[in-house]
Order: sequence, then structure tokens, then C-alpha cells
Amino acid sequence: MYNFEFEKPSSIADAVAALGGDEAQAMGGGQTLIPTLKQRLASPTTLVSLSNIPEMQGICTGDDGALCIGGSTTHGAVASGAGAYPGLAALAGHIGDPAVRNRGTIGGSLANNDPSACYPAAALASGATLVTNTREIAADDYFLGMFETALEEGEIVTEVRFPIPEVSHYEKFVQPASRFALVGVMVAKFADGVRVAITGASEEGVFRWAEAEAALSANFSSDALDGLILDADNMIGDLHGSKEYRAHLCGVIAKRAVAKAA
Amino acid sequence: MAQVTMIVNGRAASGTVEGRTLLSSFLRETLDLTGTHVGCDTSQCGACVVHVDGVAVKSCTMLAAEADGTDVATIEGQAAPDGTLNIIQQAFQDHHGLQCGFCTPGMVMTTAALLKDNPKPSEQEIRVHLEGNICRCTGYHNIIKAIYAASGQDVAALGAD
Repeated sequence: MYNFEFEKPSSIADAVAALGGDEAQAMGGGQTLIPTLKQRLASPTTLVSLSNIPEMQGICTGDDGALCIGGSTTHGAVASGAGAYPGLAALAGHIGDPAVRNRGTIGGSLANNDPSACYPAAALASGATLVTNTREIAADDYFLGMFETALEEGEIVTEVRFPIPEVSHYEKFVQPASRFALVGVMVAKFADGVRVAITGASEEGVFRWAEAEAALSANFSSDALDGLILDADNMIGDLHGSKEYRAHLCGVIAKRAVAKAA
Repeated sequence: MAQVTMIVNGRAASGTVEGRTLLSSFLRETLDLTGTHVGCDTSQCGACVVHVDGVAVKSCTMLAAEADGTDVATIEGQAAPDGTLNIIQQAFQDHHGLQCGFCTPGMVMTTAALLKDNPKPSEQEIRVHLEGNICRCTGYHNIIKAIYAASGQDVAALGAD
């Protein structure tokens, strides 16, 4: 790992100021970024830790009933503290392993937008709003592709607001070595329709499956997905599974998610 | 370079670190607490698990500077000052929960975190909780037994292996 200056600001304002420097990089819990630094795939001059900012931690319920989670809240804290949204709590409780969940943060995961990460599926399927230090971004406008988001240079995810669905479930087909999703499907049923988001499968990162959403909005049962198949062209094909395998798995895992939705 | 200060196993510890210094490196190389093992250095194996402010973390995937001002517990602080093993360590010895022993510090620290939250875990809960701890000797059955025993449960109740 190349060396860097380390800063641990205690307010969002100080963090934003620190990130204004040349080649500065924000870090949540570091569970992806520290391994990345070790591989010398990133070489910031200044590393700005967001883990010591009280106003970015914790879970509360907003005036509109949405579950508001601070950007620096760990996966473990969401797993134990997001009981109002059981599908989200369960998702957080199956990221990585217990030690990783004690450090990794929701804001870090969403800012990184790993194509196989779990939280992007939750944000997109929930129609969440990502709050940054400068604006609010709808999840539908936020995820721009593999490791790409709408965040500007130096912009940080300070809070995520999740509308709470009537029922939901996140089903993950785990890649057992990395514990990332080989394919993960989040299904969320709201009064005005069903949203389905898939992670791990596409070269473009997390995406919504419109045909499945239409079918499930008309009939919320796993049978409603019979015969629906995604195009394999844009799927990830690697040593863990071919494009066609992942396309098939999306349908299978989506059905399981619907069957388990509660 | 920056000065960091933390409580390690109940005693104040401090040192000068670079921004990139890992907590595992600080513990092992600055404080000479070499019981914390670095097996993979890629966050996979869990041999480096320590507790920071009471929760288990992988010390190879946390910077020493991040731990500034925290309370850290390592394997060296688990036994009594006279060397008497704690209940988890003793159970690992009694049930042959270690073979080469390399993963054991992380296993013991992960177990301590589990039993704090869940004093009587089921076999399945133990297996799930150990997801991030790898034993190169594949000695998992006896590790499960040891943890089951450390929680005061009868290992005879575990499935035959």
C-alpha cells in the first residue's frame, strides 16, 4: 500500500473540507477500500475516514415514515436496528461476515457500487433516496454502471432514506469465497406496485427487471415469473458462471425472493 | 507520521504510525503482540480478529490510525495474568479445537464476540458466525465442539461427525 495522510474529521463539514484537497479519497469502514489500497489499485494522497462523524450514524424514522439510515452506519447496526424494515435488516445481516459487518458501512457500499454488492439492490428495489452533503438523489438516478454513481468528486452519502414496503425479501446466491452475490434479487411490494432489483448479474451493475415488476404487480406470486427470462448479452460471464447461467439464475432467485417475501 | 494512543488489553499503548499502518501491523510490530496472526492479509481468513470497542474486527483491514482512542482487546489479554486460560481457550484445548493453531487467536476472539451476544448458540448459529474464520487444517468439527462446550452446553448433544 502506498502511504497517505490520514484524517478523521468529526463533522460532515470538516469531511467535505478535507475531501477538497488534491487526490483526497473518502473511506467508510474500509472493508473494500483497504484491500484495494493494498493492491495499489488506488493511491490517494489523503484518506478521509468518515467513521467518526456522529451526524452520519444511526437509524431513525422520518416524518414520511421512511427509514433513515446515516451513511456511516455499519451493516451490523442496520442488521440489528432496522427492524421496521425486516427485508433490509436481513440483507444487512448477510453481508460478508460478522467482523466485516462491524466495520463496513451503507454509505461506503453505495458510494463504491460494486456490481455484486447487496445494498445497491436494496436501495434500487426500495426506491430509496440518497442524501449527500449537497443534494438528494433518487436511487433510480444514482446507479450509473459498474462502480459508477451520480456522486460528484468529493460528494459523500450522508444518509439513505428507505420507503418501507408492505413485504420484501432479498435472496442472495452467494459466491462462497467472497461472500458477495453471484446473483442477488431484492423484491419489494408497495401499495402502488412491485419493484425488483438485481445485483451481481449485469455488466452494468445493479438494475431493475421491468418485466418481472409488471408481472408481479399484477400477481404477486412466484408463478407470475414463469417463462420470463433476461437477455444474457449484458450479463457478467466469468469463471464462477457464464452469462447464460447468470441470466437463468436471476429468474430462479427472483422466484425464491417472491416466495419468501414477508 | 502520526501519534496514536489506545487501550490495549487494559493498558495504555501508543506509538507513531504512518497513515497506511494497519492495526495488525501496529499490534504485532510496534507493541510486539504477535498473538494476532495475519494469515491472508486480504480480509478472508479471520486469523487477525481482535475486538475494537467491544466488537470483532479484522485488524488487517483496519488502519491503526482508525483505532486511535479506542479500546482494543487481543488474544494476549484473554488468559488471566497468572496464565490460567479463559473458558474459551480451555475449551479449545479440552476438545482439540486447534491443530496447527494458526487460526486459533482469531477463532477465540470471534467466539468471545459471539458468546457475548448469544451465550447459548446452536450448532448452526456457531457455524454461521464462523463464516469469516478459516481453519487451514479444516478442523472445524472440534472448533464447533469447543465453542459449544465453552457456552456451557453438552457436546454430546451435537450431531455425530
